[in-house]
Amino acid sequence: MAFLDVSKLTKSYGSNTVVKGVSFGFDKGEFISLLGPSGCGKTTILRMIAGFETPSSGTVMVDGQDITSLKPNQRQLGMVFQAYALFPNLNVGDNIGFGLKIAGVPAEERRARVVDMLKLIGLPGFETRYPYEMSGGQQQRVALARAIAPRPRMLLLDEPLSALDAKIRVSLREEIRAIQRELGITTVFVTHDQEEALSISDRIVVMNAGNIEQLGAPHDIYNTPKTRFVATFVGQLNNLDVTVADPVARTVSLDGQIITVPNLPAGISANAAMVLTVRPEVLSVGQRPGNDVTLNGTVEDVTFLGSVIRIRVKLGHNVVSLDTFNDQRAAPPQRGEVITVTLAGKDLLVLAN
Amino acid sequence: MKQNRFWAWVVFLAGAAYFVVPLAATFEFSLRMRRDYYSFDSYASVFSDPAFQATFSYSVVIGLFAIVMGIVVVVPAVYFVRLRMPWLRPFMEFVTLLPLIIPAIILVYGYIRLYNSSSIIPFTGSALGTDILLVFAYVTLALPYTYRAVDTGMRTIDVQTLTEAAQIAGANTVQIITSIILPNILVAVLSGAFLTFAIVIGEFTIASLLNRPAFGPYLQNIGANRAYEPAALAIISFIITWGAMGMINVLGRFAPRTSARTD
Repeated sequence: MAFLDVSKLTKSYGSNTVVKGVSFGFDKGEFISLLGPSGCGKTTILRMIAGFETPSSGTVMVDGQDITSLKPNQRQLGMVFQAYALFPNLNVGDNIGFGLKIAGVPAEERRARVVDMLKLIGLPGFETRYPYEMSGGQQQRVALARAIAPRPRMLLLDEPLSALDAKIRVSLREEIRAIQRELGITTVFVTHDQEEALSISDRIVVMNAGNIEQLGAPHDIYNTPKTRFVATFVGQLNNLDVTVADPVARTVSLDGQIITVPNLPAGISANAAMVLTVRPEVLSVGQRPGNDVTLNGTVEDVTFLGSVIRIRVKLGHNVVSLDTFNDQRAAPPQRGEVITVTLAGKDLLVLAN
Repeated sequence: MKQNRFWAWVVFLAGAAYFVVPLAATFEFSLRMRRDYYSFDSYASVFSDPAFQATFSYSVVIGLFAIVMGIVVVVPAVYFVRLRMPWLRPFMEFVTLLPLIIPAIILVYGYIRLYNSSSIIPFTGSALGTDILLVFAYVTLALPYTYRAVDTGMRTIDVQTLTEAAQIAGANTVQIITSIILPNILVAVLSGAFLTFAIVIGEFTIASLLNRPAFGPYLQNIGANRAYEPAALAIISFIITWGAMGMINVLGRFAPRTSARTD
């Protein structure tokens, strides 16, 4: 039995169903992300796990206990909010010790735990500061310490990085992951930022319109997306219009050039038009070992992103975007330049719409 | 620019005179108890009157109870309306305004009819019962001010997220209100409390008709029977009321500071 077991969870507001019978199970110590666009139901699921929303149907089990009908204060969970939500009237020490105080932990033990927690989040000696005296990143770290101080069974993170500046966001997410690993605490993280989800999670639940689109490890989600939604929501994607050449040999025709596509599903009729998709980093400028398809194209646009250069290339009637590493010893391609683009046929994806 | 400021001053001074001249005249009159020169005799006379001390302390005690009672009634009500039943707000606004529309005399006659000594709940049957009724009446009279003060205070904090943060940490509703919500709106609550106090100290109608020895009826009695003391009492009442208002301003500086930062 999984540590966190969500089964057939549904939530409706009147006639509007925002979570449509979602089920998943995760093991103890896993870092799970619920990823999806706003309105996909990810936050509602988290709030049902926390107990702030009552499911219309379905159950939530934690460590073998059915917590579906428990009040939030009986669930022994920790939570971090997007808006930090530190108690403005309490100093850092009292904020972190709040849950312990409610649980009746003696003052001595509480103080010791607060000191430990502040050391863990890298803010030792901050006990007597007040929330308004600290930066957003520091406040959110205190909120994290407050959530884990009572040793909850599970940690819930509701877009904890969204209110922060870009730089802090990256460093804090690494810190959250390091602390989570150290404590081995099962964590559910809600985000709409695919980069955040990919970088931090053991497994990701990609959601759309109240349903799970795909559940898997970050590299599975990215490399082998099951649906077009997952492929476009997680990472960049190029579309190539092709016609089927030989369904049995699994070949297609791209502007007259015959390409073998191992992923081509069976039962497709010849000469049918279809769309293949390919990740920008799969395409390379010039030859690369293992690439069996060579195409010629014209550079339409070059975007310099620092370590990476994104080039838009017109290949026949398709326009694709490809990423190459910046080479400090060579100038990036110019607009209008004709270049050779290669790829491996096995990296072409066929996605269900 | 200069011209504008000149007329602004004229208007300001005319407005100020409207308030200051009668007050100054009252003050001047209160100093003339002794013939031919100024003295504070009228004030000495007021302060040495045992009835002044008795009625004033009675009203202070009633005022304190009205403040506590008002907080106990209003804070949870505003909290739950904000958190769970926001659609009830227009109704709350209307109900809390009623004491400004309905004269106190109607309120107190209603009380006497409902709670007289031969009714089911005979509040007026004993002195203590009548005191309790008086506290209830003052909570009602102060409702327009306490409700608005508390509501404004709660608008400055994120009631829902703070509640959820406290809930997930294991706190129940009573713990959330007393240890998180109330301390964060304390300034607003206290400004409501000072307004309540200012109302209670000078209130005449209800105290008089319930026949309680409050400060308001005492003021009225002195006013009808003495010459100089009423002027002194008027000045004293002004100072108390202004003191209460001043405290609201002072407290405003301790309002909770925002901590919404992105860095």
